[in-house]
Amino acid sequence: MRTRFQQGLDELRARLLRMGGLAEQAVDRACQAYIDRDLARCHAVLEGESQINVIEREIDELAFDLLALQQPIAVDLRFILAVTKINSDLERVGDQAVNIVERVIDMVELPKVDLPVDIPRMAAAVSAMVRRSLESFIEGKAELAQAVLEMDNVVDRMRDEAFISLVKVMNDNPAVTRQALDALLVARNLERVADHTTNIAEDVIFWVRGADVRHNANPEFPAPQEISETK
Amino acid sequence: MGVGIKVQKLNAWYGKSQALHDITMEAPANHATALIGPSGCGKSTFVRCLNRMHETVPEARADGKVMVGDLSVYNGTTAVQIRRRIGMVFQKPNPFPTMSIYDNVAAGLKLNGFRDQRRLDEIVERSLTHAALWDEVKDTARKKSGASLSGGQQQRLCIARALAVEPEVLLMDEPCSALDPISTGKIEELIFQLKEKYTIVIVTHNMQQASRVAEFTGFFLLGRLIEFDKTEKIFTTPSDKRTEDYITGRFG
Repeated sequence: MRTRFQQGLDELRARLLRMGGLAEQAVDRACQAYIDRDLARCHAVLEGESQINVIEREIDELAFDLLALQQPIAVDLRFILAVTKINSDLERVGDQAVNIVERVIDMVELPKVDLPVDIPRMAAAVSAMVRRSLESFIEGKAELAQAVLEMDNVVDRMRDEAFISLVKVMNDNPAVTRQALDALLVARNLERVADHTTNIAEDVIFWVRGADVRHNANPEFPAPQEISETK
Repeated sequence: MGVGIKVQKLNAWYGKSQALHDITMEAPANHATALIGPSGCGKSTFVRCLNRMHETVPEARADGKVMVGDLSVYNGTTAVQIRRRIGMVFQKPNPFPTMSIYDNVAAGLKLNGFRDQRRLDEIVERSLTHAALWDEVKDTARKKSGASLSGGQQQRLCIARALAVEPEVLLMDEPCSALDPISTGKIEELIFQLKEKYTIVIVTHNMQQASRVAEFTGFFLLGRLIEFDKTEKIFTTPSDKRTEDYITGRFG
């Protein structure tokens, strides 16, 4: 094995794990900030974003160097391509965490109201998806990634339910429209985080198995609903 | 036009040592097929079996079925007949050093008794043109010796010499390993153009070269063909772990 190349791959992997840890932390902090109406956590997320952005660039530069200097092929090429895409998704996850805390900062200035939406439950599901997608990368296991894909429908449903109930609140009680709108946007941000984790899971499957499962594209590696139908 | 090559259960030996084991594969007509593998894996022996050069080594022998188009290489055909239809280019450019560029290209035809000077001129020009060398040597082809050319030009001269006898298949055994990147680029470009008229089998140690020029790639290891597939499959998602280990440098 080419030692320098392997060192480069190890370094790329280590930095992506660091990036994943920061993105995961940002989402968890943002969710907790929403639940506790905690401005300190909001600021921690905002401050952490710049660090995520720095590592995103470092990973891209390292991947670019490895592609140019080592001309990787097969599993190594798939790994580097997957890392660059996961890198972008993690950066977007960090952005969504920032979007959430911006809503929280807005909400904290408004009177607290009870809304018919279970954001903590949705946050727990999304956090689990972030964690498991990163585990699938750490372990290099397509099965774990597949499990993440199967969780996406649950979060989509939660978002839809939140939309219906919060629109009703806005219609019935226009005085709390701003709070309801903030909650609705947080639900949407969480759903977007879940979408990014499914992208990460798809990239892990591409790396490990060489199969492109995006948009249910690969019949050799059936999409979740096809698996459940055949069970 | 090129013709396809079909090999079935090809075995080859050097004395008692078996160099190839039951090789079965097809190199499709008018495509380039690359053969890769570590030194001593049998890929050069394999291409030398295709034009019966293997048997020129003392105590070397081969058996199996090799079809080049409708010609059976090991059944009722002479080595000379085979080599008229299968040209070969070697690792190191080997022009005839005392001959002019023109005579290098015309040598094969003259050896076969070809005497029509006007036709000979046409074939030499056409061969040098197909080998992308004509423009560089057209004014000096009769005066300068083949050995006076640069390494890259000499290799293209050898390709022109192989093309002059109008083969259907061109075998290339590491044709660029002695060349700089610019000459390599020219030969690779040439391989692309030659595919229109010839079937090409190229042995290479350069993975990027295989992936750049060939539509199909075979991986040899210890005298066996481990994997044969479309080039993009071999270099993105090979089926066999041994192929992946080799092409990613994790071999051994």
